[in-house]
Parts: sequence; C-alpha cells; structure tokens
Amino acid sequence: MSSEHDQHPLFLPLVFVGGLIFGFGLGFSHMAQPEVVLNFLQFEDFGLLFVMFGAAVVTGIGFFGIKQFRSDAPLTGAIYGRRLKTLDRNVVLGGGIFGVGWGLSGICPGAAYASLGVGNVFILYGIAGMFVGAYIQGFWRSSRTEGDAPTTAAD
Amino acid sequence: MSTTLTVAVLAELFPNGISHYVIGGLLVGLGTAVIYLGTGIAAGASTFLESTLSYASNLSRFQRYHASRDWRVVFTLGIVAGAAVYALTFQSGLVSSALQPGANTGELRDIGGVTIWLTDVQPWRLFLGGILIGIGTRLGKGCTSGHGVCGIGSASGASFVGVTTFLLVAIGVAQLVAATGVSP
Repeated sequence: MSSEHDQHPLFLPLVFVGGLIFGFGLGFSHMAQPEVVLNFLQFEDFGLLFVMFGAAVVTGIGFFGIKQFRSDAPLTGAIYGRRLKTLDRNVVLGGGIFGVGWGLSGICPGAAYASLGVGNVFILYGIAGMFVGAYIQGFWRSSRTEGDAPTTAAD
Repeated sequence: MSTTLTVAVLAELFPNGISHYVIGGLLVGLGTAVIYLGTGIAAGASTFLESTLSYASNLSRFQRYHASRDWRVVFTLGIVAGAAVYALTFQSGLVSSALQPGANTGELRDIGGVTIWLTDVQPWRLFLGGILIGIGTRLGKGCTSGHGVCGIGSASGASFVGVTTFLLVAIGVAQLVAATGVSP
C-alpha cells in the first residue's frame, strides 16, 4: 500500500480540513438539497451561479496567486500547475451524459457526499448509482483498451 | 425608480436571497484552495468513485488511481463531515444568522436534538441520475467541482467546454422532466 503523497504527516489532515470547508460550504449554500439545484435548472432560482462561479474565482485566485510566492507545494513538493485536460470527444460526450443525470436528479458527486452529511439518507440511492455508473464505464473502457498500448498516462 | 426595478428583478431571479449562495461558494473555493496551496493537487469529487472501486476491482481503469485513493477517501469523508457540521449548527438551530435563510425544500426532521434534512426527490431519479453521473463524469474527465470549480479556476478550455455542455443539457433535461409533470 504505497501512496505517492502521504509522506508528510500533515498531508491527510490538510486534505481532511479542505474537505471539511468544502462540505460545510455545500451545506451552507443549500447545494446539498437536490431540489435547490433543480430549481436552478428550471430557472426558478439562479443562486447556484454564485456558488459555482464564486468557488471558481476563489480557486482561480489561489491557483494563479500562489505562483507569485513559490513554485512548489510545501507538503508534497509538487510543482504548482493548472488543472488542464485535453479537449476531445469524450469531454463533450461525457459532459452530455453527466448533464442528463444532473438534470434528472439535481445531484452531482460533491453535493451528494455533502447531502449525506446533512442527514439525507435517501441520497444513498444516488451515490450507489454513481458507483454503478463509474463501474460500467470502467469495465467497458478497461476491456476496450486492454489490447492497446499499456502506457496510457493518467489524466 | 431604477433601484425599485433592480430590486424587483433581483427578487425574481433570487427568491431566496443570495447571501448563503455567495458565502457557501466562497467556502467551497476556499476548501479547494487550501488543498491546492498545501499539496499542489486540484481536487475534484468524482475521481473518488473510480479510485474507491480500485479497492475492490483489479480493472486497469480503476487501478490507475491506486496512488491517490487513500487521500480521496479522506477528502470525501471531510466533505461529509463538513456538511454534518453545518447540520449540527445552522440546520439544527444552534447557530443562526440573517445570512442563512434555512431550508425551504424537502423535510426537516428532529432526531434527538439534531435536525436532519431529507429530500423529496424520488429515489428512481436519484438512482438513475446517479448511474448517468457515474458514467458521464468519468468519461468526460470531471464534474461540477473538477471542471466547474478547479477547471474554470484554471481557465482551462476543455473545462469551459465540459461545463457548457453539462449545464445546457441539464437545463434541457430538468425542464423536460418538469414539463412531463414529474415532481419533485
């Protein structure tokens, strides 16, 4: 059981504290309530825009701002980089499938974990579904790439 | 006069106010930034689904997340715990603020002094939606936090495309489902 990042004793505690703030924010903003997300998608309350873009702005300030002060992270030594993914057909196809699920249920992964935290045990239907879905695509894609070059880099 | 108009428009667009959305969003960003500043990791929530499956399955698609699976479990437990702190404080009435209007959807239930919140959205919607979310977020390389928060925060072109796609499709689907009379 080797992990690339858990050398520093503060690594896991810091990840937990970050998750704690993140989850509290999702609870406070009512994003843990699927109904509120559905109200946004049905144009009845546009508050979600403040949550997503407010979060993106703070994150952006952190991502770009820190590079003025140092180049690598104190707990891992990792060089600070942006979160960049290659744009291909999968981004659109996967985004579309996710969009159908999001529009149908009003839940997304982070908000679903937070929903469990506010006591919403029914969200376990949703989280169970997410694991089933993740398994289906993993099974399908693993069997498809088995014959291909095994040097696929992690994305 | 224009002030009255502005207030009327704001009340129309944001019938529940904006303070809790703004504060909550800033905290979501702060949590992401704390992890990034300490570790250099742009943490998204959906990779947890695959990385956690690596404990139970040897499929190559899941084993590629072997190295990050432990901290991703900790991140998710943190999210659950953070929302639980909200439930124990604001949701249970232990702390109150004019900036937090309280839930007006679903059902609040008191269990031994702790107020829990339960959704009215039907189980089949959660489960079927969940399956599509599990497939789509992993195929599409991110969810609302990976693309929507970290990706947009990184000014990533792929994330702009991803967010635009899932936002527009979700709006269409939610309106369609509501139009067919399914509620909630």
